[in-house]
Amino acid sequence: MMGEGALALDPLVVGVVLAMALVTALTKVGGLWLLRRIEVSERLEAGLSVLPGAIVIAILGPELAAGGPAEWGAAGVVLLVMWRTESILLSLCSGVGTVVLFRAIA
Amino acid sequence: MSGVDFENALGLVQLDTNVTETDGDDAEYDSGGAAAHPDDAPVGEASTSDGAGTITFDRSGIRAGFLTCLPVALGVGGYGIAFGMLARRAGLSVAESALMSATVLAGAAQIIAVELWAEPIPVAAIVIATLAINLRYSLMGAALGPWLGRLSPLRSYGSLLVMADENWALTMRELQSGSGRGAFLLGTGIAMWVFWVTSTIIGAAAGGVIGDPASYGIDFVLAAVFVALATELWEGRSTLVPWLVALATAIVAAALVPGQWYILLGGFAAAAVEVIRHDG
Repeated sequence: MMGEGALALDPLVVGVVLAMALVTALTKVGGLWLLRRIEVSERLEAGLSVLPGAIVIAILGPELAAGGPAEWGAAGVVLLVMWRTESILLSLCSGVGTVVLFRAIA
Repeated sequence: MSGVDFENALGLVQLDTNVTETDGDDAEYDSGGAAAHPDDAPVGEASTSDGAGTITFDRSGIRAGFLTCLPVALGVGGYGIAFGMLARRAGLSVAESALMSATVLAGAAQIIAVELWAEPIPVAAIVIATLAINLRYSLMGAALGPWLGRLSPLRSYGSLLVMADENWALTMRELQSGSGRGAFLLGTGIAMWVFWVTSTIIGAAAGGVIGDPASYGIDFVLAAVFVALATELWEGRSTLVPWLVALATAIVAAALVPGQWYILLGGFAAAAVEVIRHDG
């Protein structure tokens, strides 16, 4: 399967990959690094405390908006299962199962 | 350095506010956290959902994170196969694709990068796109601050290096439950890394053999993880305004601004509104 050059490592490609890795690492540690160095006022703190939910919604909203009835229905199933059972595994499986099912019907 | 200040400022106070604001829902959190780990639960009813208790960093935390993340990592593996095939088509070797997955570990950025890939390589465009797409990680890392900020720099920054969207969500959920498992992020990250790198190699080696991940519902795993997390992050009416602001901003920004800036904009807008609304 692996054609010729599958294991090739071009120095320029490796360089670009490592540059991507460096930039990504900076973004991953940057937020906490900054938080450790600035004085966090009570006001700022109130803002930071809504970040987790806000990020989740900001990722989810457009993703679901771009989907169709199959995705919306499956999201509803995840919501319901998670709310009733609190089991992440169960809600994931039922969500993915539902989306496959609904897409097959549609 | 200013670790203690930070702890006082954010770890304790911020979450104390949460507790007072949302008594009723906090009870749900706790039962949720405990129910999720029936096998090893010194979590106890008494644990508050604020993470202000002790924070640990041990092998059992890594293990718990790894196991919790396995089903999610399996779904991520579907993307890894797709990424491997795209990378191969863009002209990267199997070794180069695997190297990118092993060192970058950021799905969306990697897929965009290989889509931008050309001869000669547009180095600046690729690196800038990577930065723009991954800036959200800074915000996500900051959201984990109340807990990670109390670990040593090696442990906290080391764990953050293996953070991606899915395992951030799982970790947020775990730490909000009050388990105090500081090593959870690292454990989930190891699971993500193993599956992401392995599936990249499989996808790159197999070329076009495997079909579209959408046909197995794998493309829905990320959304499902986030819906599940949103269910748990819901704290009643105090959550409504910031969430509506995030939702509206993200949807408008996603339509108007290229790339993934909408995530940052949504998060920032909600935080800004909350800062303005805060009355001392």
